[in-house]
Amino acid sequence: MVRLSPPIKWAVRLVVIGYVFLLVGWPLITLVQKAFAGGLDNFQAAFSDPDVTHALLVTIEISIWAVIINTVFGVTMAVLLVRHEFPGRRAVSALIDLPMSVSPVVIGLALLLVYSGRYGWFGPTLEAHGIVVIFNSPGMIMATCFVALPLVVREVVPVLEEVGDDQEQAARSLGANAIQVLRRITMPAIKWAVVYGVVLSLARSLGEFGALKIVSGNLTGLTQTAPLVVEQKYNNFAQGEAYAVSFILVAISVLCILVVSLLRPKESHS
Amino acid sequence: MKRTRVFALTAAACVVPAVLAGCAASNADPSDDSSLSIVGFSVLKTANEPVIAAFGKTAAGKGVTFTTSYGASGDQSRAVAGGLHADEVHLSLSPDVQSLVDAGLVSKNWDQNTTHGILTESEVVFLVRKGNPLGIKSWDDLVKPGVKVITPNPASSGSAKWNILAAWAHAREGAGGSDATAKTFVTKLLHNAVALPGSGSDALASFVAGNGDVLLAYENDSIQAVAAGDDVQYVVPNDTLLIQNPAAITTDAGPKAKDFLDFQLSKAGQTLYAQAGFRPVIGGVTTTVKGANDPSDPFPPVAQQYTIDKDFGGWEQANSEFFDDKTGIITKIISGLNLGS
Amino acid sequence: MSTAVLNQDTRAVGRGRPGVRWTLTPGSGVALGVAMTWFSLLVLIPLAAIVATAGSDGWQGYVDTLTNPQSWAAIWLTVTQSLLVTAVNVVMGTLIAWVLVRDRFWGKRLLDLVIDIPFAMPTIVAGLVLLGLYGPKSPLAINVSNTKASITLALAFVTLPFIVRTVQPVLAELDADVEEAAASLGASQLTILRRVVLPSIIPAVAAGAALSFARAISEYGSLVLLSGLLPYKTEVVSVRVLSFIEGGDKTSAAALATLMLAVALVVIVALDVIQRRMGRRG
Repeated sequence: MVRLSPPIKWAVRLVVIGYVFLLVGWPLITLVQKAFAGGLDNFQAAFSDPDVTHALLVTIEISIWAVIINTVFGVTMAVLLVRHEFPGRRAVSALIDLPMSVSPVVIGLALLLVYSGRYGWFGPTLEAHGIVVIFNSPGMIMATCFVALPLVVREVVPVLEEVGDDQEQAARSLGANAIQVLRRITMPAIKWAVVYGVVLSLARSLGEFGALKIVSGNLTGLTQTAPLVVEQKYNNFAQGEAYAVSFILVAISVLCILVVSLLRPKESHS
Repeated sequence: MKRTRVFALTAAACVVPAVLAGCAASNADPSDDSSLSIVGFSVLKTANEPVIAAFGKTAAGKGVTFTTSYGASGDQSRAVAGGLHADEVHLSLSPDVQSLVDAGLVSKNWDQNTTHGILTESEVVFLVRKGNPLGIKSWDDLVKPGVKVITPNPASSGSAKWNILAAWAHAREGAGGSDATAKTFVTKLLHNAVALPGSGSDALASFVAGNGDVLLAYENDSIQAVAAGDDVQYVVPNDTLLIQNPAAITTDAGPKAKDFLDFQLSKAGQTLYAQAGFRPVIGGVTTTVKGANDPSDPFPPVAQQYTIDKDFGGWEQANSEFFDDKTGIITKIISGLNLGS
Repeated sequence: MSTAVLNQDTRAVGRGRPGVRWTLTPGSGVALGVAMTWFSLLVLIPLAAIVATAGSDGWQGYVDTLTNPQSWAAIWLTVTQSLLVTAVNVVMGTLIAWVLVRDRFWGKRLLDLVIDIPFAMPTIVAGLVLLGLYGPKSPLAINVSNTKASITLALAFVTLPFIVRTVQPVLAELDADVEEAAASLGASQLTILRRVVLPSIIPAVAAGAALSFARAISEYGSLVLLSGLLPYKTEVVSVRVLSFIEGGDKTSAAALATLMLAVALVVIVALDVIQRRMGRRG
């Protein structure tokens, strides 16, 4: 076990805490101050507006769907990429990170080019069969999946590689079939990687703004999400409410990580 | 992990009906007689709320339900062109409506009414710190060395074009003015820019946060900012450009759309818009406006009023002459600015 | 179906090596098919639409867009800033993950809670708050607004969680046995770090770095207020793309977007190669 000498240990701690505080901690404190300026006024004003409560619900719904889809996709792809061989494996691995590099404006444009009901490649055909993608929930879920796609995969792959497959091989040689190996050996090994992936995906999905602005149509009280309502409040000179809603979004994400860290057994080393 | 998965799945299961309900509502049936879908530019949210409420109290407006969407004018125009259902569009500038005409969603004679299609108006003004420490009064004050200007970038914001064209008009129509002096003037102005944010709202946020000495802004935004208690005040220069926000009814709009537009253009509607800071487009509207320099006389006439039609030959010409992304005069000025040096 | 394909050195099976790779069984084949169909509908086809739109003016349109000096300045700025921030994240992210997994002190849980916040905060609020703290009205008198440093700051903010969260699970999974064995054989702390711990976390760091770079080149929202988006100085590629779209020029917008996709692919592949090289040593 690497044991750092006390001065180095303290130096590292200080650097880390200082960096995180200046970069995230202090902005967070400022957000809290602005949200709670005047006590609970901002929250009361925000929640008395039905558009705000609806927007929060929409955000949570869309995010949950996106996280579920991304988790299933992520775990599947991670296992396939690390434990299996197929043509184009390296190419797929590189392509999976690509969505994160696409600017939100371009994501919106790309989805519109394909699924727009008026001029998209598939859009008019889909709408003729009653499936409305753009300016509707399916498109919003897709846009959210897009921005968070690699997160679960990239959490799980390094852990799968690190853990190695001796146990899986042993299980197979003892006669376990693929499903059993997956359920009883692989899944428990990647449990915490998946959890971190889920938490990251959820946070990312809650905060998504640019692509959803284009794909949702920003319909007040219908497809408007919480980040969009934050912008609208700010642009309409209701800053206090904007900060209040932002605080709620951040609080949800912090709550998830809190739940995770409480569920986590105490570290055995350190 | 299994626990979280089960929990998430249960939560999702409870939420599916809600999502499906959302699906049903978000694309309102266009043939539903008593629903109207309004797509407008961002600051209209606060302005439209009382108008919609007042319309609901009239005979024509009784029982009409509204779906609204507010955002940057260009984004909204593109959304409608991309299939966002709208009965009425109320945008920042006419080209954003023209692109809908080109897409076949708005009829060619949308602007053949008493106000030529315009629903709300405003002016290009200067927003300065409270007390106006630099004593900024006219356009020429903006190009003095050391004056830090903020204006949204006309390339990424349609409504930013008003600001630049106002500056151009001032220099060209001034004593001894010409296209050449206008070009020099606008170049100097842009050299003084410390930020070129992507939208009017972002520019306002940047200014309020302490950047710059003066913001090229719209009178209605400025009135709202003062009314909201921001530490700013606005100056209406002697000569400036009239901002005209058009509204059009789409080709597949419901029957109530015309009634709503008539209401918006009526004295009642225009009074409500005036209280939000917009200049009335019809005569005979008097009201006090909170946030105006003089609330009881909120919209003093501008001594020398420029308009796009009179001074620039209309938007189509102005757009191609000044803002074409390869040959536009302003595009070339900006790309030659090299503010990094 | 029963022939396993060996991809890596069999001696090192199990320690940071994927070990034996299996060819596809019918079950995993179907899983792959479904996953790839979803991936195509969500990512590949829409991105193909972008590339197709970029090419609709032919080669000349492409070249014109890319040789525009303002666009080129934006590309250069975006890529260099993103690389800089990724380098910062490689160091800081690993240190933070180390502290979170291996250190113990009062308030550590608080540190853990705060890491993901840059994701959850809507970008306009992030920009506003950063502007308030590091802009003209900064309480610390640090004003980076409208400078290149503001871009580094905003990008560091939005990419903070990546490397931290990819390295954390791997560090936690590391078996202490190997380190103890090395220590009992007389290896110094530095040697253990270099030859045991580091190679194990390199893949995770590389994964996080790829994500960090990708996210940085696409960032827009938090930059808007802080950087002023001045052409040639603080204007990033996203703004140029938006300008083209606003001007009705989808082709140029798509051309610029396609170039950035290519840049991202190059960096992602490069990181993958680095990861394989470094992972094989030691």
